[in-house]
Amino acid sequence: MMSDTMANDRDSLLRNSEKALLSGREYRGASKIDGPLVYMRNTHPVGYGELVEIVAPDGSIRSGQVLDTSDEAVCVQCFEGTDGLSLPGTKMHFLGEPLTLGVSEKMLGRVMNGLGKSRDGAAVPASSDERDVNGTPMNPTAREYPRDFIQTGISVIDGMMTLIQGQKLPIFSGNGMEHNQLAAQIVRQAKVRGGKSDFAIVFAAMGVKYDVAKYFIDSFEETGVLDNVAMFLSLADDPSLERTITPKSALTLAEHLAFDCGKQVLVIMTDMTNYCESLREISTQRGEIPSRKGYPGYLYSNLAEIYERSGKLIGRTGSITQLPILTMPNDDISHPIPDLTGYITEGQIVFDRNMHGSGIYPPINALQSLSRLMKDGIGEGMTRADHPHLSNQLFASYSHVQDVRNLASVIGEEELTELDHHYMEFGEFFEKKFVSQAYDEDRSIEETLDLAWDALSLLPSEELQRLTEEEISEHYKG
Amino acid sequence: MQERIVGKVKRVNGPVLTISGITDAMMMELVHVSDMRIVGEIVKLDGDRATVQVYEDATGIAPGDNVYGSGMSLSVELGPGLIGNIYDGIQRPLEEIRTLSGDFIGKGIEVPAVSHDKLWHFVPSAEVGSKISRGSVFGTVQETERVEHRIMVPPAFKGELTITSIAAEGDYKVTDTIAQIEDESGKSYPLTMIQHWPIRVPRPVADHLDLKVPLITGLRVIDTLFPLSKGGTVAIPGGFGTGKTMTQHSIAQWCDADIIVYIGCGERGNEMTDVLREFPNLIDPRTGLSLMQRTVLIANTSNMPVSAREASIYTGITMAEYYRDMGYNVAIMADSTSRWAEALRELSGRMEEMPAEEGFPAYLPTRIAQFYERAGHMKTLSGGDGSVSVIGAVSPPGGDFSEPVTQHTKRFVRAFWGLDRSLASARHYPAISWLDSYSEYVDEVRDWWNGHSQDKWSENRRRIMELLQKEVRLQQIVKLVGPDALPDSQNFILEVCSLFKTAFLQQNAFDDIDRYCSVEKQVKMLGVILHYYDLGSEAISKGVPLVKVRRLQVVQDIAKMRFTVSNDSADDIDKLELKLERSMMQLGSLYDE
Repeated sequence: MMSDTMANDRDSLLRNSEKALLSGREYRGASKIDGPLVYMRNTHPVGYGELVEIVAPDGSIRSGQVLDTSDEAVCVQCFEGTDGLSLPGTKMHFLGEPLTLGVSEKMLGRVMNGLGKSRDGAAVPASSDERDVNGTPMNPTAREYPRDFIQTGISVIDGMMTLIQGQKLPIFSGNGMEHNQLAAQIVRQAKVRGGKSDFAIVFAAMGVKYDVAKYFIDSFEETGVLDNVAMFLSLADDPSLERTITPKSALTLAEHLAFDCGKQVLVIMTDMTNYCESLREISTQRGEIPSRKGYPGYLYSNLAEIYERSGKLIGRTGSITQLPILTMPNDDISHPIPDLTGYITEGQIVFDRNMHGSGIYPPINALQSLSRLMKDGIGEGMTRADHPHLSNQLFASYSHVQDVRNLASVIGEEELTELDHHYMEFGEFFEKKFVSQAYDEDRSIEETLDLAWDALSLLPSEELQRLTEEEISEHYKG
Repeated sequence: MQERIVGKVKRVNGPVLTISGITDAMMMELVHVSDMRIVGEIVKLDGDRATVQVYEDATGIAPGDNVYGSGMSLSVELGPGLIGNIYDGIQRPLEEIRTLSGDFIGKGIEVPAVSHDKLWHFVPSAEVGSKISRGSVFGTVQETERVEHRIMVPPAFKGELTITSIAAEGDYKVTDTIAQIEDESGKSYPLTMIQHWPIRVPRPVADHLDLKVPLITGLRVIDTLFPLSKGGTVAIPGGFGTGKTMTQHSIAQWCDADIIVYIGCGERGNEMTDVLREFPNLIDPRTGLSLMQRTVLIANTSNMPVSAREASIYTGITMAEYYRDMGYNVAIMADSTSRWAEALRELSGRMEEMPAEEGFPAYLPTRIAQFYERAGHMKTLSGGDGSVSVIGAVSPPGGDFSEPVTQHTKRFVRAFWGLDRSLASARHYPAISWLDSYSEYVDEVRDWWNGHSQDKWSENRRRIMELLQKEVRLQQIVKLVGPDALPDSQNFILEVCSLFKTAFLQQNAFDDIDRYCSVEKQVKMLGVILHYYDLGSEAISKGVPLVKVRRLQVVQDIAKMRFTVSNDSADDIDKLELKLERSMMQLGSLYDE
C-alpha cells in the first residue's frame, strides 16, 4: 500500500510539471468552427474552464475559454467572435489558468469592454491581482445580514420597498419605460443615513445601444461621480459571448473594491435580458437540451452565480448592492428571465405599463414590488418608528383600491358607497402625489412618511387596521 | 476500504465528467477527482467507462487526471455535534470551512461533519453481557441543553448482539471506542459515537404507525384549517414573493417538533445568514431555550455547486431519520424542492439523457416520491416512537401550479398549502389560500383536536369553511351589482368572513404576541368569531341594521385580539365573549318589537 501511494504521488508530480510545460504550447489547425465555438483535436490534456489565446490567420489575437474537454477534442468558445478564422490558419495557446481579470482601484473612472480591456484608448491600469471572473461562493456563515437603509429619495421605494445596503434589488421594466432614468436618479440621490461613506459605482452594460450607455455616462458626469465609476460596456453590436462575461468581470472588480478597498459599491447591470439571450444563443449552438422557452436548464444557477455576488461580510467595511435592470419580454412577469430573477433576488421593483401610460414617474407598481430585506432595515432607530406598520397599511389599503376600481368599472362610480369613494380618493392621491415625483426630486424619508400619512388620512381612521392606536393619534390628520 | 485509483478523466463538461479505464468502481461511490481532490459521485457505469458528477466547481480538471475511489457511497457522518451546526449540501461544516479557506468557499476541502476533538460526556445505559440488537440505545450524551443524544447500534448489524465491554461514564471523543459488541458468530466489533449512513438509502424502521397527532405550528390558518400530522408531508407552492420562506421560517421557529432540520436548497445566501443570526437569539416558548438548540441547518445556496444542491435534500432527510431513530419528532423544511428538481434537470441534461416534460428527466416523479416516502410516524428499531414530517416548498415558474414539479409533488403529499399572490400583494400573511389548500389529515387529527377543544374543533372548522365558501359566491354577486344589492343577512356573511381574515387568518410574524398562537387561543378565537356570527345573524333577523352591529366596540376588540390577548391569558377571550353577548343584548333590546 505504502509504495502504491508513493507511486501515486510521483505520478501526480510528473503530471503537474508536464501540465506546466505544456501550457502555452501552440496548436495549429482547428477541426471545426461553429458559431462562437472552435474545436481543436489532439491537444495535451487541457483543463476545464482554461483560458485560451486564439491567433487568427491575420495575426489578431482573441481570447476564449474551454467549454468542454476530452482526450480527443477540446471545445473553445471565442469571446470576440469567430469571423475571419479558418480551419488550417487558426492557432491556439492554452494558458493553463481560468479566465481572470486583473483588478485595481485605478479602474474607477475608466471605460472597459466586457473582458476588462480598455475601451477608452488609455492603457488598462496594471494589476498584480488576477482574479478568476467566476468568483467563488461566499460562505453563508461569513455573511453579515444587511440592515443599513439606503435613502434613494424616491418615496415609493423608500416607503414601501426600501433598498438596503448589500441587497440585490432588480428593476423589472419593459421596453420604452424609464428604467434608465430611475437607475440614474438612484445613483444621484442614494445615501446612507448618518455620515458619508466611501462609495463607488460599477456599471455593466450588456447589449444595450450606445445611446443608453451615453445617457449613463452623461448622467454620471453631471453628478460629478464619473471618477468613482468603472464601466464595463458590451454594446449591442459586440459579440454575444463577451456579453456573458461582462457582469462577471464587473462583479469581480466590485468584490475587490468592496472587500479589499472597503468601499460601498453599487453595481448597476443593464440589461439582464440581453445577457440571458446570449446564454441561450450559445447553449443552442452547443446543442444542449433546452428547458423553458429554449433557455438552458442551468439558467437559474447561472443567474444565481451573478446575483449572489452581493452582500456584506463580517468584519469588512465594504458592501456590494446590486441594481440589475431587466426588460420583461412583452411585459410578461412570468417569462423565465424575470421569473428566475425574482426567485434569486431579494425582491423586485416592477414597472407598470398603465401607470407609465398615465404619465406617472416612476411607474412603479407597488403591489407587485417587494423588498425582502426591508423588514430589518426600517423602524425605530433606522427610519422612523411608524414605518413598518405604515408601509403595511399602504399595501393593504392600496390593494383594496384595486377591488373598488374593479367594482366601479362595473357598477359605475356613482353607485359606490361613501367608504369606497374615500378609497378612490386615496388611490388617486397615492398614485399622483406619493408615487409620482420629478426626475430631480429628492425626498427625505420623513417627507416620504408624512406624505404617506397625508394619503392615509383620506380614509376613516377605523379602516387603518394595521396601525396601532398610538400611531394613529400621533400622525393621523383626518 | 483503502482509497484507490478507479479510473482517469476522459471528458469534462461542467459538473459532469466521463471517466475511462474503470476497474472496480461501484455505483454511487464517493470519489475524489484530480489532485485538487474535488468531491464527486459515480452515477453511471458503462463498460470501462463511468459518469461522475462532481460537487464542486470543475474548473481546472483535465483529461487524464486520476479519479480516486473511496470505497463507500456518499454518506453522512452521524453523531453528537450535528445540532446547531450549519452544513453545505454534502455535510461539510461551513464554519470549519470558513476557518480553513476564509470568507469565500475554496475547493477540495475535507473536514469531518462533527468535531473529532470535542469531548462529550457519555453515560452508558446498558451493561456488559446485555443482549441488544441493531438500533438499540446503549448510552446517551447531552448534545445541547435541550437534546439528549441517544447513542445507537448502527442499523447495519444483524441478529442478536452481546455487549462485551462498555465504557464507564466519562468524557470521550466521538471517535473513541465506547463499547465492544459480539454477534451470534462470536465476531467482535468496536462501537464509537458516530455512524455513517449513505444518504440515498432510507434508514430502516420496525413499523409504520398512524398519524393521529398534529404538528402544532402556531400558525392559525394551518393548525385550525389545514392541519399537518406529525409524520405527515405537505407542499407549500407559491410564486416568488408570496412568502414561502417566511412561512417555512415561522414553522421552523415555533412548531412543536423536537428537532428541526432546515434545508436551504438553492436559495439566497442572505436568507440563510438571517436564520443563522436569528435562531440563536429566539427563545422557544415551550422550553425557554434557544431555538438553535434543536436545529440543524443545511445551506446550499443558489450559487453553490448544483450537484451538491441535488444531494442536500438527501443529506437533510438522513440526518432527520437519525434523530427519529432516537425517538424524536423531527420536522424537516426543504426550501425549495423546485431548486432540487432543477438541479436534477441540469445534471440530466449534461448527461444527455432524454428529457420528459419541460426538460425534466422522466424519473422526476420517482425521485420526488422516494423523498416524501421517507417521512412518517414510525416505530423505531429500538421500539421507540419517532416521526419525520416533511414540509417542502415548491417554487413553480411564473406561479403556475400546473407545472411538473408542483403536479408531481401533489401526487405524493397529503396536504397542500397553496400560497396566493393576491393575498401576498395585500400583505395578507401567511398568504395561504383557504380555497386552494387542503389537508387529508383533518380526519386523522380530529380526535386530538376535539380532545383539546371540548369537542368543538371539527364542528367549528366545518362551519367557518362553509362560510368562506358562501363568501366566494357572494363576492361574485357583489362584483357584478355592488354590495348594496345584497340583504343585510348576506352582507353580514361578508362582514364575518372579512373579520375572520383580518382577525384570525392573518398573522404578523414580527409581533411578539401574534407570531405564535397556542392551541387554546386558536380554539377560543375561532369560537368567539362564530359566536359573533350567530348573535349578529339573530340580531339582524330581528331587524337590527348591519351598520349598528358592525360599529359595536367589541367588534374592534375582536379584530385586535390576536395582538392584545397573550397566549398565557387565552381566557381573556371568554371575557370578550361575555362582552359580545352583553353588547348584542343591549342592541337587540333597542329593536325589540
